[in-house]
Amino acid sequence: MRSCTGKCFLELEVNGRTVSVAAKPSDTLLHVLREKLGLTGAKPGCENGDCGACTVLVDGMPVKSCLMLAAEAVGHAVTTVEGLKDAPIQTAFVEQWGFQCGYCTSGFLMVCHALALHHPDADDALIETWLQSNLCRCTGYAEIRAAVKSILADGPRRA
Amino acid sequence: MIPFDFDYYAPETTGEAFNCYAKLSKAGKRPVWYAGGTELISMARVGSRTFGAVVDLKGVPDCTRLAAERGRIVLGAALTLTEIARSGLFPLLGSTAARIADHTIQGKITLGGNLAGTIQYRESALPLLLCGARAHVMTAGGVEKRPFSQVFSGRLHLEEGEFLAAVDVPEREAALPHCHAKRTRQDKIDYPLVTLCAVRDGGSVRCAVSGYGSAPLLVPAQALAGGAAVCGELAGEAADSLSGSGAYKRFVLENMVGQALANLGVK
Repeated sequence: MRSCTGKCFLELEVNGRTVSVAAKPSDTLLHVLREKLGLTGAKPGCENGDCGACTVLVDGMPVKSCLMLAAEAVGHAVTTVEGLKDAPIQTAFVEQWGFQCGYCTSGFLMVCHALALHHPDADDALIETWLQSNLCRCTGYAEIRAAVKSILADGPRRA
Repeated sequence: MIPFDFDYYAPETTGEAFNCYAKLSKAGKRPVWYAGGTELISMARVGSRTFGAVVDLKGVPDCTRLAAERGRIVLGAALTLTEIARSGLFPLLGSTAARIADHTIQGKITLGGNLAGTIQYRESALPLLLCGARAHVMTAGGVEKRPFSQVFSGRLHLEEGEFLAAVDVPEREAALPHCHAKRTRQDKIDYPLVTLCAVRDGGSVRCAVSGYGSAPLLVPAQALAGGAAVCGELAGEAADSLSGSGAYKRFVLENMVGQALANLGVK
């Protein structure tokens, strides 16, 4: 049985690299990514699972990293916005004016990137369902929706 | 950030999980069962819940079973709402799961967590109450299969140290014509004003609601038999909340029941 008591070393796979990080069982994945690994792309917002600013991908699916313990991530592939490396959705956000202050952007990018990977033929209803997991308080959602649709139109080849 | 420390354990069998919890409990570590963790982490962060250890059930195969076996659909308690919805094995539960919280969180919240949580709505209980579900409860003597309605009355009732490993429902009941509807105060992503699930079995309809009272409840058959207007049968259960007054919930429920009966082809 795997256990983590007191301070322990966790082997995490983050953005394709295996890293060993000293963490407490009570550390959230968000905290470890930002404070231990210096990956500050995932943002602390509500830290209650509502806003989605901290969204990362775990095994390719979006997860709010404020609601996941780092200890739970052992054995799973974590991708942060730093791991996207010029993915089509990033260009699409720029071209479609999909951000303003930018605080929520990394979370939206991760959700949109995963949507494009898993559902390159997503319809409006599915796009809305996925985007409803994240909040933006300054740009609005029309531009973000347009950014997603612009890469879906190109199909899985670009995603 | 969680303002207190605890230990983390990831057992690999139901027996190992049960013994781990018992040992921690005996040592005064105040363990809690853990799967999705969304509610526990939220509560721990603001200090409304403290514990000394979490026993994570996600690695226990019995808790992540998803199968059709011997005429019953088996659903592990550590399956996420997304996994249940995507499986299509129990469409009414899938529809209900797909409207709990938001899409991303559905990938973390588990069936067992939704049933055992402190937040009163526990919407995933509704299809289970309607479809003859059984609960697979891990006890000191092994896994016991009990009628779901015996372990769930408004909330999950288990002895300290026991845990819900899985549920099962007859395939026939999981495939019954059904209806799911959720009304919220304003946004689509919200706790329910009223969530309703209904199934039609031959000429009869069974219905259960969440949000209307202080816990999920079955709508009495007599309240359905006379049509929507007799939801007054449930008048005493309507609870005022931030989502809406009891009177408004009665109005909403009457309309939802009428709509559900129409959708199920019942006059």
